[in-house]
Amino acid sequence: MSTVTLGTGTLFRFATAGSVDDGKSTLVGRLLHDSKAILADTLDAVTRTSADRGFGGENGSTQKIDLALLTDGLRAEREQGITIDVAYRYFATDRRSFILADCPGHVQYTKNTVTGASTADAVVVLIDARKGVLEQTRRHLSVLRLLRVPNVLVAVNKIDLVGFSEDVFRTIEADVQKVAAEIGVSDVLVVPVSALEGDNVVDRSAHTPWYTGPSLLDILEALPTTDELERGLEPFRFPVQLVVRPQGALAPELSLTDDGGAAFRDYRAYAGQVASGAVSVGEEITVLPAGRTATVVGIDFAGTSLERAVAPQSVSLRLSEEIDIARGDVIAATGTFGEVSQDVYAELCWLSTKPLREGSKVLIKHGSKTVQGLIRAVTGKLDLATFAEAPASGLELNDIGSAQIRLASPLPVESYARHRRTGAFLVIDPQDGNTLAAGLVKDHPGDHEDERYVI
Amino acid sequence: MSTQITETTIAQDAELNSLDLLESEAIHIIREVVAEFERPALLFSGGKDSVVMLHLATKAFWPGKVPFPVLHVDTGHNFPEVIEFRDRTVERLGLRLEVGSVQEFIDSGELAERADGTRNPLQTVPLLDAIAKNKFDAVFGGGRRDEDKARAKERILSLRDEFGQWDPRNQRPELWNLYNGRHTVGQHVRAFPISNWTELDIWRYIARENIELPGLYYAHDREVYERDGMWRAVGPVSEPRPGEEVVTKQVRYRTVGDMSCTGAVASDATTVHDVVREVAASTLTERGATRADDRISEAAMEDRKKDGYF
Repeated sequence: MSTVTLGTGTLFRFATAGSVDDGKSTLVGRLLHDSKAILADTLDAVTRTSADRGFGGENGSTQKIDLALLTDGLRAEREQGITIDVAYRYFATDRRSFILADCPGHVQYTKNTVTGASTADAVVVLIDARKGVLEQTRRHLSVLRLLRVPNVLVAVNKIDLVGFSEDVFRTIEADVQKVAAEIGVSDVLVVPVSALEGDNVVDRSAHTPWYTGPSLLDILEALPTTDELERGLEPFRFPVQLVVRPQGALAPELSLTDDGGAAFRDYRAYAGQVASGAVSVGEEITVLPAGRTATVVGIDFAGTSLERAVAPQSVSLRLSEEIDIARGDVIAATGTFGEVSQDVYAELCWLSTKPLREGSKVLIKHGSKTVQGLIRAVTGKLDLATFAEAPASGLELNDIGSAQIRLASPLPVESYARHRRTGAFLVIDPQDGNTLAAGLVKDHPGDHEDERYVI
Repeated sequence: MSTQITETTIAQDAELNSLDLLESEAIHIIREVVAEFERPALLFSGGKDSVVMLHLATKAFWPGKVPFPVLHVDTGHNFPEVIEFRDRTVERLGLRLEVGSVQEFIDSGELAERADGTRNPLQTVPLLDAIAKNKFDAVFGGGRRDEDKARAKERILSLRDEFGQWDPRNQRPELWNLYNGRHTVGQHVRAFPISNWTELDIWRYIARENIELPGLYYAHDREVYERDGMWRAVGPVSEPRPGEEVVTKQVRYRTVGDMSCTGAVASDATTVHDVVREVAASTLTERGATRADDRISEAAMEDRKKDGYF
């Protein structure tokens, strides 16, 4: 029994981004294969299909199979040999469990990269060693900068095809660092790999003695998660999902207690997930947007009383006062929030084929609240290759631009540049309900909130 | 990267391990769906994933009771001990149980028995019928992305049209932890709060939380015969053919589905900790090891899901 681990490792989410034929699916397949996340029956199926497609090899060595088949799951993907949609993959090492969002690079790369990067603790950008830094690389780095992905890795793939040349790698590495600096992404780690042959993916390669850094997986095992980076720096924010007030509808086992559940008759708590920061019993909170205050008298989780809760725990808070709190309100540490506003300035990553036009009515989902919004103005469109903004009056699929939105009622939004969790929202089509855009709140023109930290 | 991170802030985070984080994510999703939908229901078969789902729901709404009914699509070929476990669990938690019956649809002629006798693919019609009849607008399922390559592309909130169809090429992007559950009349949403769990996570969680499961998940002696490399239980819908020798073996089930297509694995794992060890060391996926229906073709799950399957 002592050897059974009950999930004591941490969870790390990362995404991959690359251009067509960078070998991204092969890299993902390699990571899964070499970390032993591919089980025998899956490998058998892939080996059979690979053989059908002319990938030779009677010895069953991994070079002889199409590693991309491990990730391209849909019929159309296998038929066309492309990746259509973000796929999620899972593997674990002794130190961590990994959730991998495998984002296709060719079509709708912005949509897929934004989606994958929104929850990622790290993103691995692929570059073909034979091609070096492309415009696509700049675009990927721009999106990652915009979404504030905390850790950015660049894998220079197919290093075997350039004869494991240090010169080629050093040139690309310097280019990457130059472009990253231009765009404003710092601390980019660059690793030479061969996804096909496995060099520096899981284990350090003997073919690249000039590379003294860790393998890709070693890096992924050691990087801090977003929550680890932000813990202690972010103020407490807690979007209320629902009010727990069971009254008569108690869990049956609680009704069977000696007092027949009388202790819970007047129970009232606010359920949600800590979006950022931490809260302790006894601390004073303010309910946004109304501004009423109270003290936290209890933090409950399924019958356990906690002294303290941190992001991203799901808990229920009990307060000293019976104040009017409903789904959609945000409970915040008192004194840490400026003013709520009905006017939002934001960066929009447009994800729909239906274009954005000034004057459109939309729905805005922020935290646990959805309100109506009016697109007052589109103020610019980002050139992802240069990270500069040009004038625009509308946005099309895969465009990223700035807009001014008037809300039907105020929301406690914060600048995404400083509050990754509370600065994000969705733009939803009120007609068909589809998600139109990912929104990142910008400072109001003229605001001068102090830079508290930089990632 | 910030230089202000201190040893203490990192150390505090170590309190939350991967199971804590997966649990928190699932509870957040369950609460979102209950808050945003009129008539949610939970698919509950008595299988381990649905048992974990129900356990998470009890935690999400404590001290209140689980605020939605459970729905079981009964193939008529279920293991009796699983049905008994299902009924006992539903009664313990004071829940309403809706049953969609494959047998009734076969009896009325609306469904035809398949030549291979497998009833798993037949569950779609009774499922959609029960969803329509009860006007469920959100249905929780215990589907996990690690189960199958089609499921790896599934969203946490998956929009279905009036035919229950899944359109993998036209899914809503899912960003941050903001879930978009908007739907119009006739549409409904399938919600998969444990999408990000693996089989091993499920078992570690069952061990940690001391969750009761039907006994056939643990090693026991059973009369079985071998077919297609799987151990099949001897039963009314699973008769050995001539030449298939019946033996008594110590087996357990890794998945619990229709008796006609679910196989057992040879195992001596009698406790939950034994099972965790066994799963951690396994070289086969749970569906590959135990599900005949997923061996039909490389895209069997994708095809079933497009038609409205879980």
